[in-house]
Amino acid sequence: MQQLFVFIRKEFYHVFRDRRTLLVMFGLPAVQILLFGFAMTSEMKNARMVISDNARDVQSQQLINKIKASSYFTISEAVTDYRDVERAFKKDEVKCALIFPAGFGNDLLNGGRAQVQIITDGSDPNTAKTIINYLTAIITEYRQQQFPAAALPYKITPEIRMLYNEEGNGSLNFIPGVMALILMLVCTALTSVSIVKEKEMGTMEVLLVSPFKPVLVLISKAVPYLVLSFINFTLIVLLSVFALHVEIKGSIFLLFLESTLFIITCLSLGLLISNTTSSQQTALLICMMGLMMPTMVFTGFMFPLENMPWPFRVISNILPSRWYYIIIKAVMLKGLGFKYIWKETLVLAGMTLVLLTIALKKFKIRLQ
Amino acid sequence: MTAEKVITCKDLTKKFGDFYAVNRISFDVARGEIFGFLGANGAGKTTAMRILCGLSYPSSGEATVAGFNVYKQQESIKKNIGYMSQKFSLYEDLSILENITFFGGVYGVSRKEIKTRSQDLLERLGLQQQAKKMVGELPLGWKQKLAFSVAIFHRPKIVFLDEPTGGVDPVTRRQFWDMIYGAAASGITIFVTTHYMDEAEYCNRISIMVDGRVEALDTPANLKKQFSAADMNEVFYQLARGARRSGE
Amino acid sequence: MSPLPFILQKEFRQIFRDKTILAMMFALPIIQLIILPLAMNFDVNSVNIAVVDHDHSAYSRQLIAKVLSSGYFNITGSEPSYPRALEHIEKGEADIIMEIPTGFERNLVREGAQKIALSVDAINGTKAFIGSGYLNAIIKDFDENLPLNVTATAAGVGNIDIAYSNWYNPRAESKYYLVPGILVLLLTLIAGFITALNIVKEKETGTIEQINVTPIKKWEFIAGKLIPFWIIGMVVFTLGVLVCRFVYGILPQGSVALLYLFAAVYLVALLGFGLLISTFCDNQIQAMFVAFFFMMIFMLMSGLFTSVESMPPWARTISNLAPITHFIKVVRMIILKGSGMADTSSELAYICGFAVVLNAWAIWNYRKTS
Repeated sequence: MQQLFVFIRKEFYHVFRDRRTLLVMFGLPAVQILLFGFAMTSEMKNARMVISDNARDVQSQQLINKIKASSYFTISEAVTDYRDVERAFKKDEVKCALIFPAGFGNDLLNGGRAQVQIITDGSDPNTAKTIINYLTAIITEYRQQQFPAAALPYKITPEIRMLYNEEGNGSLNFIPGVMALILMLVCTALTSVSIVKEKEMGTMEVLLVSPFKPVLVLISKAVPYLVLSFINFTLIVLLSVFALHVEIKGSIFLLFLESTLFIITCLSLGLLISNTTSSQQTALLICMMGLMMPTMVFTGFMFPLENMPWPFRVISNILPSRWYYIIIKAVMLKGLGFKYIWKETLVLAGMTLVLLTIALKKFKIRLQ
Repeated sequence: MTAEKVITCKDLTKKFGDFYAVNRISFDVARGEIFGFLGANGAGKTTAMRILCGLSYPSSGEATVAGFNVYKQQESIKKNIGYMSQKFSLYEDLSILENITFFGGVYGVSRKEIKTRSQDLLERLGLQQQAKKMVGELPLGWKQKLAFSVAIFHRPKIVFLDEPTGGVDPVTRRQFWDMIYGAAASGITIFVTTHYMDEAEYCNRISIMVDGRVEALDTPANLKKQFSAADMNEVFYQLARGARRSGE
Repeated sequence: MSPLPFILQKEFRQIFRDKTILAMMFALPIIQLIILPLAMNFDVNSVNIAVVDHDHSAYSRQLIAKVLSSGYFNITGSEPSYPRALEHIEKGEADIIMEIPTGFERNLVREGAQKIALSVDAINGTKAFIGSGYLNAIIKDFDENLPLNVTATAAGVGNIDIAYSNWYNPRAESKYYLVPGILVLLLTLIAGFITALNIVKEKETGTIEQINVTPIKKWEFIAGKLIPFWIIGMVVFTLGVLVCRFVYGILPQGSVALLYLFAAVYLVALLGFGLLISTFCDNQIQAMFVAFFFMMIFMLMSGLFTSVESMPPWARTISNLAPITHFIKVVRMIILKGSGMADTSSELAYICGFAVVLNAWAIWNYRKTS
């Protein structure tokens, strides 16, 4: 046991001496969570629109003002020529266009029926759909305001309540996902170079000669990074709470416990990678190139997992971050207790055991 | 007739903050000399050598290498010198021939010349069969010998060797010094640092650095007489005894 | 004779000798490009909804049936009370709860107004928002088509007919939008990381000192690193374009030559970026973390998945400072809209600017003498 501490202490020195790397290891995830927490949102705002108002009457102006007043759209320009509309789209200056025919107001007031044309940039079908929905809603609202008589006599109003996100914070969807993503990538990368670096630098022999059990060597490599990652996680949580105003609805203790488990899972994955690659470069490339995008896609915070064909759902099940994402949402944002996440916790624990076992096996082989 | 001075330095200093790695050293090296630059680890040898190679700016003082100023004419210096570092000299993932071609070409040797000279080199070292072998697969002794040959491939005026025989067996060390003599004989000045005191005997003149200063500068014979020592080890011991920086 | 040909020869030899890295450089991005977009689906076609019907009237049953028949929704359960339905959400089985109040039908007829409570799992993001949008529309539709309303509506007053046109993506497939963007991202990951790691490795092993002591000029050393990786980058890009064409059937509306022009300039900018990172880092771990930092920003803030306009102004500035944002924009413009040189010239200027600044900075930073 004494020996283990000696080893662990040595590893700590290695890690904490490299100031620059330390700065980079802590600083960057912290900055990231702030950036993404503030910047990413699933809401649509400021969609640029070009308006071609061929009517130029009171009614068209009223409608335009209403659109201007909403935060969903930004009017980029008002043109008259249809070709200007085309040009605006081709230059990617706008995402949609609203066209009023001449005599709009007249048709509306006297004829009871007028037309407008909405053109959307279908490049991103999702945005296009959302734009259509919002714009249609604004037009409908305008109609109801101007012509109360046209309102439905029997009105059913849906009342929408946002659960777990009363302020309707659009970033809240992403924060747990980004946390899972950052933790997974960082923790895995940290340990992924630990063993292979020794091999590259030629200090593996030291380990070979030592009387320590291989499993202790592995553990000693992971422990400093466990501490580091834990501090990192705490930092991220603090930033989320105080800078991003995320409320931790559930048990903080449970949150930290589960996160520690997840960190250990990722460190184990890193150890496994470290034992199967022959150079630091390869290990790092696997972590960065190989893990980054799949983690983002298969964790489930960007794209709904249920939509994916079953082979992908299988892949997603192998990813630790996918399970952690469920846990963190449940505990941090929904305030649920352990009985709702015991299954996910079990999965993570199981994964850790499997990863460590394989890593250990490979390490023993390597020592020979 | 005074031999041409290929390296001169006067009050050369390099400091890092308050720490004087190299503290006002002055010496000259004549053309064709084998100059031994001795001292304990941490005495400042490598720092001084890096300045002379144009890898580091001095804090103060003057120095010229091959007639070029170390402050302003580093690129010219580099064209005229060869270098063999302690840490590394050749690319392990390239073959012997590929390494030679690269370094030769980088120093401006024409492809035709590279071909002839490399054949020569391989013959002299007896490595013709292994020309395509990866340098990483060579044993250390051969790597060092090869590295030296590559360092002088472009016939530089001066070649700087930083602890070239570290970790190598005595027989190979002897062979290595034979190669050094050969190079010196053809007019190349050798500037070599080492902490093997017996190698000091092989040099024309040596200097010994202690705590950033040059504490001795003369031929080995004179120094032994001066310090009434039986060998260079003794000389060094007497000088370095009071040193505050004695390496790891 | 310039050392450059010799440098290039050495670099290529080293690159091709390391089979693992070589495989990763090509295989990783291409495999991911083929597999990942298949998994990326923004389309919401199955939202899970738990229903609480306190009314059990004809209207409430009709409404629920209408919701089901829309095909968008999957009813996970019909619960007698809200707390029971909430459990569906807590367990992650449902995204929305629709609660129809007691006396819904009767009160609607009597008082002319009723509310239906929709509780949305707001953490489930996109799915829930879109789902609630559909639900909204379905309820409104149901409302308008109630016999009561149809007979009583004052038709012919203030109707605004909307004609919808959707340009550039007739079948509204997200793949045209996503796949090119992913190709750009993967290319960026490869080019950026590899360059940075490669040079830092030389620093770590000490081989860079051997270079510094030779007469190799700064620009020659850097060109020696850029050129091979630029070529590899272009090859990866070409492979990616082929995947787009043959695996996804994406044919650019615009000029392929223009696409390549942008790719060429973009790669120079990107490699310069990797280079710049390497001048600041001492070892591979640092380089990786710094590169990782920027890659994450590129991935999440470049407009690849979430729109740039929706971000707060400061975030938009950051996004626009990243070369990738512009390249993704352009790639989409060329492929989907057939935008030409004139339309994309400002973006080209941006990317050129980046290429110049980043490389100049890197060259300036790289010191042969310390």
